[in-house]
Amino acid sequence: MSTMRVLGATVALTVALVLQVSVFPHFAWHGVVPNLVLLVVVGAALVRGAEFAMVLGFIAGVLLDLAPPADHVAGRWALAVLVVGYVAGRVAPDVRASAGAVVATVAACSFLGTSVFALSGLVLRDPAVGIPDVLEVVAGAVVFDVLVTPLVLPLVMGLFRRLEPERAVAR
Amino acid sequence: MASQKTPSRGLVVALVLASASLMTLDATTDDGSAVDPVRQAVGEVFGPIEAGTTAVVRPISGVPEWFRGRDSMRDEIDDLEAENAELRAKVRTSGFDRNRLAEYDGLTAAAEDLGYALVPARVIGLGPSQSFSATVTIDAGSRAGLHPDMTVLNNDGLVGRILRVTRTTATVLLIVDADSTVGGRVGETMDLGFLSGQGETSDDAGLDLRLVDQSVVPARDATVVTWGSDGDAPYVAGVPIGRVAEVYSSLRDSSQRAAIEPFVDFAALDLVGVVVPSGSESDRAVIEADGSLGR
Repeated sequence: MSTMRVLGATVALTVALVLQVSVFPHFAWHGVVPNLVLLVVVGAALVRGAEFAMVLGFIAGVLLDLAPPADHVAGRWALAVLVVGYVAGRVAPDVRASAGAVVATVAACSFLGTSVFALSGLVLRDPAVGIPDVLEVVAGAVVFDVLVTPLVLPLVMGLFRRLEPERAVAR
Repeated sequence: MASQKTPSRGLVVALVLASASLMTLDATTDDGSAVDPVRQAVGEVFGPIEAGTTAVVRPISGVPEWFRGRDSMRDEIDDLEAENAELRAKVRTSGFDRNRLAEYDGLTAAAEDLGYALVPARVIGLGPSQSFSATVTIDAGSRAGLHPDMTVLNNDGLVGRILRVTRTTATVLLIVDADSTVGGRVGETMDLGFLSGQGETSDDAGLDLRLVDQSVVPARDATVVTWGSDGDAPYVAGVPIGRVAEVYSSLRDSSQRAAIEPFVDFAALDLVGVVVPSGSESDRAVIEADGSLGR
């Protein structure tokens, strides 16, 4: 079961990353695309809790940092997505009840993830972009992530429930 | 609720420290970062997947283009041949070239620099704005004869330069990236300057031009071309970059800043050419300076 779990998570992350890099730029708004990798981590957190989501978030972030065409300092998305996994996992017991709460969690996590990434960039001076540009991108990212949530999250949460029904929390 | 245990403090600290050390490792070593081999390895794996995905998606995303292109290799070569001829014509007729020939009159080597050999490639991945950097992946790598610090252009003008390559893909830093600086000159007056990106890839993408001679005011609509680097790396000379859209004067330090509108539409980047030395080894047909196809 463990290999199935690793395989399932790997496939989910790979598909999300490739869609995000190669397919969604065709529908991008000012270059902003839905952060599918982040959505996979949020979905995993809601099903499996903070501990699993943090580890998955770290791996997902490292992939985002290293897969082409990424060029920023490696570790920045790792930190951002890991924080997202932690927060989403901690609020998970309270949001499972309704779809509205799930969407709110996604919006909050998207805001948090992109902001942490942008802040680490400001600290490291890796690209020097202004705060107004950052805010525009963060807002765009939140809107886009919320828009694709109804399509993506049910799939992701279903997948993680399937992979390990005995450890997922019953609804 | 058994599985919903809060993560142990040790795990949290370990993962945060891992991220932080990764950043330190990558940010502090200037050239040849310790993370580069890992980046390379991940690129080797994801490059072909991205290329495959784009190949599947292209017929759908490119439906409007279908009517003229049909995505066949033959059409692609025809397009690039035309592109190459057009580029050379553009370079020859520009004010830059006329001035340069006048300056170097008698130096017969001058004209040779204007011939490029191009390796054709297509964009297979774009970095999201959320990463605040303007980079793309193209489907040609070291097997096609590419290596870092090569000029990338398309039929409109300068696109960027190659940052790193895997066997089948290469990562390109676009000139509009906030970290990118290109040496440019105003074609009509030969004034030198530096163009830096603003980090925006959409339709209103722009570049800032600061001239070395701060008393010169560039004319509106003047064409800016690359100035060329030593040994043609990372940028070859004479590639059109953009036109002067607006000029701002700062009274305080009496300097000029010009906003440049790039010729390339970075929001719709697809077919590009990478400048390689004539006669390079490649896994695909190389377009030589005279328009012929080489291997």
